[in-house]
Amino acid sequence: MNKLSAIKKAFTLVGTLLLMMMISSPGLMAQHNNNETDKAWEGSVLKEEFKAGDMIIEHITDSYEWHIISIGETHLSIPLPVIFYDQGKWHFFMSGAFHHGQQAHDGYFVSHKDFNAGKLVRLDGEGNEIRPQLDISITKNVLAIFISMFLMMWIFISVANTYKKRKGQAPKGLQSFVEPIIIFIRDDVAKASIGEKKYERYLPFLLTIFFFILLNNLMGIIPIIPGGANITGNVGVTGVLALFTFIITTFSGNKSYWLHIVNAPGVPWWLKLPVPLMPIVELMGIFTKPFVLMVRLFANISAGHIIILGFISLIFIFGKIAEGLGYGVAIVSVGFSIFMDLLELLVAFIQAYVFTLLSALYFGMATEEHH
Amino acid sequence: MSLINPGFGLVIWMMIALLVVLFVLKKFAWKPIMEALKEREEGIDASLKAAERAHDEMKDLKLDNEKLLKEAKEERDAILREGRKIKEKIIEEAKTKASSEAANIVESAKERIEHEKSAAIVEIKNIIADQAITIAEKVLREELKDKSKQKEYINILLKETNLN
Repeated sequence: MNKLSAIKKAFTLVGTLLLMMMISSPGLMAQHNNNETDKAWEGSVLKEEFKAGDMIIEHITDSYEWHIISIGETHLSIPLPVIFYDQGKWHFFMSGAFHHGQQAHDGYFVSHKDFNAGKLVRLDGEGNEIRPQLDISITKNVLAIFISMFLMMWIFISVANTYKKRKGQAPKGLQSFVEPIIIFIRDDVAKASIGEKKYERYLPFLLTIFFFILLNNLMGIIPIIPGGANITGNVGVTGVLALFTFIITTFSGNKSYWLHIVNAPGVPWWLKLPVPLMPIVELMGIFTKPFVLMVRLFANISAGHIIILGFISLIFIFGKIAEGLGYGVAIVSVGFSIFMDLLELLVAFIQAYVFTLLSALYFGMATEEHH
Repeated sequence: MSLINPGFGLVIWMMIALLVVLFVLKKFAWKPIMEALKEREEGIDASLKAAERAHDEMKDLKLDNEKLLKEAKEERDAILREGRKIKEKIIEEAKTKASSEAANIVESAKERIEHEKSAAIVEIKNIIADQAITIAEKVLREELKDKSKQKEYINILLKETNLN
């Protein structure tokens, strides 16, 4: 109770401070403008244009290099291998050859246009950007996936070894941190959704995707390497996860599951017979369920990152107008970013749980015995 | 728009990585963890049941003890009761025996006394008879010193005899 009231007090304090800053910063700006009215405006216009949208998209999409920091015109980033097959030839080189996306290599360069922005392209005869036939480069997200997968294997194999070493004893250390989560997934997700008899078959998959999503949601919040890659906010990654759920659901579907789709019980016959409306809806449901899984996770995580980056962008947008205004807004923006970060921490757990729970529910629906 | 344009390479790598991790973790992590958890849960369950059983046994034992104690008490009471009864009986018997003995003794004493009494009477009679005879002898001797007196006396005696 004491802690709670302390937190409440802190929140009100921060809130008041933010409000005060919001009120006082226009005054600050006015003062600034009085001193060097036109000069500042000219400067801001003349300075290199800052496009918040481009910056945000750049930060949450995949990249051929792992950008760490830029100071002025010096960009510090880790070059990653670019591997692709195009026009009957395999290409292999490090992404450093692009000079941070500013140069072409062998006619291939990183696009800055619309749909293919951030992707490797070449120009065809008419000046259209086209993608190579097979691009399997180890991009930032691929490397981040490898890192997180390695981390997962390391964590859980060491935990498994602790279990073997401390047979029948109370959990300890990392083991006692993951055990409640594992038991929660087993009892409240797998057992509750699939049933006592069949849950064991699906448990390894559910545990793996839960911890994969959770770990990467959390790593995505960390802004520096090895975090900072937006894995669970990438449609490709969430698509693969949803595809696995789809494949497992479809292959474990029993007779009553398919019968339910073709001939849903409890539905008036005229919804099925002349025009098979319900079967069409049910059939679509098979595909929409994993599709929604994919979009939900992707959208939730990306949205959180976009909001945080948006708040940060505000600092620079206002900073371009007047430096003092930038500082004023910075306090508000950082405050809101911290709030969003905490929210994302919550979302990281919720989304991992939701994805796993829904996957388990679909498996349960596919294996349910009707009588 | 590039946000919803997933790289093909990323999808392929993700699939490979997920499959590898899935199989590695399934074999080397989830299986041993699940087995260990199950084992521990069963262990805890078994211990709880054993504890409950022990508790029940203790309760039974206590009940048994109480029963034994009760039985022992009852037995003791019974023994005491019987002892008291026996005691009373013995006393009663002793009493009756003593009184009958006493009666016997009194009886035999009376008999003896009667006997002794009659014997004493007989003896006294004998002594008296002896004394009477000697006195009579002496008297007769004194009386019958002279002949006249003897004749007189014979006559008296004869007279008496005639009367009979």
